[in-house]
Amino acid sequence: MYRNLKYAANAAAALALTSAPAWAQDGGIDERVNEMFANSTGWFVSFIFSPFPGTSFPWIVAWLVVAATVFTLYFAFIQFRAFGHSISLVKGDYSDPNDAGEVSHFQALATALSGTVGLGNIAGVAVAVGIGGPGATFWMILAGLMGMASKFTECTLGVKYRNEYEDGTVSGGPMYYLTKGFAERGIPGGKILAVMFSIFCILGALGGGNMFQANQAHQQISGIVGEYPGWITGVLFAGVVFAVIVGGLKSIAKVTEKVVPFMGVMYVAAALVIIAMNADKIGWAFGQIFEGAFTGLGVAGGMVGALIQGFKRAAFSNEAGVGSAAIAHSAVRTKEPITEGFVSLLEPFIDTVVICTMTALVIIISGQLVTDPETGLYIATEGGMLQTVDGNTGVSLTSAAFASAFSWFPYILALAVILFAFSTMISWSYYGLKAWTYLFGEGHTKELVFKIIFCIFVIIGAAANLGPVIDFSDAAIFAMAVVNVFGLYFLMPIVKAELESYLSRLKSGEIKKYT
Amino acid sequence: MSEKLVVGYDGSAASDRALNFAVERAKKEGGSVLLAHVLEWSPYSFLTPQELEERHKRRNEELARAKEALMDPAVARISEDGVKVETEIRYGHIANTLAAICSDTNATQIVIGRDGETSIGARVFGSVASSLAQVAPVPCTIVP
Repeated sequence: MYRNLKYAANAAAALALTSAPAWAQDGGIDERVNEMFANSTGWFVSFIFSPFPGTSFPWIVAWLVVAATVFTLYFAFIQFRAFGHSISLVKGDYSDPNDAGEVSHFQALATALSGTVGLGNIAGVAVAVGIGGPGATFWMILAGLMGMASKFTECTLGVKYRNEYEDGTVSGGPMYYLTKGFAERGIPGGKILAVMFSIFCILGALGGGNMFQANQAHQQISGIVGEYPGWITGVLFAGVVFAVIVGGLKSIAKVTEKVVPFMGVMYVAAALVIIAMNADKIGWAFGQIFEGAFTGLGVAGGMVGALIQGFKRAAFSNEAGVGSAAIAHSAVRTKEPITEGFVSLLEPFIDTVVICTMTALVIIISGQLVTDPETGLYIATEGGMLQTVDGNTGVSLTSAAFASAFSWFPYILALAVILFAFSTMISWSYYGLKAWTYLFGEGHTKELVFKIIFCIFVIIGAAANLGPVIDFSDAAIFAMAVVNVFGLYFLMPIVKAELESYLSRLKSGEIKKYT
Repeated sequence: MSEKLVVGYDGSAASDRALNFAVERAKKEGGSVLLAHVLEWSPYSFLTPQELEERHKRRNEELARAKEALMDPAVARISEDGVKVETEIRYGHIANTLAAICSDTNATQIVIGRDGETSIGARVFGSVASSLAQVAPVPCTIVP
């Protein structure tokens, strides 16, 4: 399967090359950046995605599936048991009115969501369906549902072991719970894990949280105004990101934070309208999803191919088990760390089970994937990508699917992609910075160095081709999950104790609603 | 029971007029004044990760600033008049929070000023004065 993945990446790169740009072939800056980038990150990507010996199943995918299953079973399907209570918490039913003005559960969730809802939901899903067929959707939803338990575990720990400083600011995340939690349980090695996590978090911030975003934003813009060198988009984006994270230009971030939720709602609404317009095909689409999940319906690698794509994209989109959300959720005002765990489990649900599924349904229903009229199977091209109507991949596949119903939608989508990309970059610049300051200490100059590196990677990301960028992004983010999940196994008894204490107090009426 | 007048106070000229009105009433009837200041806040607003991190610190700063710059000078002024005064600073929706303060403190009246705003904004969304007139749990006096 690993070969298939490599094929897929190569095919994506080849498609990107053949589908256009003359500038890419005459050895411009973009081409050199791309080559350098692919060469320097290849070994890392190969390691993360290497299959179990003698099989084609990447160990990293198994790692995440097993983790989500373990947490789901260990906490006895907490994501379903506590779903209603989670919504109560977000609504503020259990919030002390005297804490007004502090970070609410809703705000922590919204901020974490603005970091995860983004290109993964639009472009990532298109990649999954474009390689793994409709069946990938099934595995994606399953991974989303199980990932809720992973998120619950890490976010509870994120709040429990955060650092609260004298001036009232807080810092939390895996680097803190790995260090403090391990020390509390008397297990050695927490510090080493924390350092490893921080290194991967910085790489993930530069990869999935930055380059992938810049890359896809460029693809969107050039799809509308015509082809032009990616580094131009890169420089523009880097300038705006620089203004926000270095210049402290709050107005841009404020506008984005307000527009992004609106875009998210509009995206789901548009998807629902398209699905409703094709109501007669809904049954068929779900049939394709279920059948594809277990047979592959002609995709490269069959059922396993669909499964790998589904799980990979789900993990990349909702980041459950990755540890990034634990950083964002840790600032909430609560006396009970477990409450933030409950709230955070809604995140994979909204991100993957709702939004990603919408994208997948629209792509399937709008008939973007070409089937063989004789066999009814999807047609895998040489590189492992499925044949699509206009040869679209990634975000342009989603765009074409939405355009089949609303011809003007690609413009809205382009704007949404750019804003999502931007808000994800701002979130990840923060996650990366937290990891950076954990490693190197806080201080203006040290922080500035990271922020400048971050901006440089925006340019590289926009200039490089999709294939190598997507590989590196996945690899870096999954590397975070390797360390984080390993730590979570040791720390999950702490979460269980918190959970049992909380649930018993909730039952006895000691914890009650304020409203 | 003696009168307890809650005054919605934000330092504006209108709120000063409301305060003067309340102090006069309290002096005549031997009641007390509760100076209430509400910092506009919604738990459903969106913040960046950086803002989340600093929120608790900012909140403390905002509360300290409101006390020093707004409440302390006003309290000093009222005390000179020999009227008993308490203060309350809270976060939330302004009209609803003022109403909640009235209920929580067993106030007998609420007094707020209005600036006679007739802009489109005030017409469409309503002003604090008009919202409060709708939700106040005690008699509400609006001082022009």
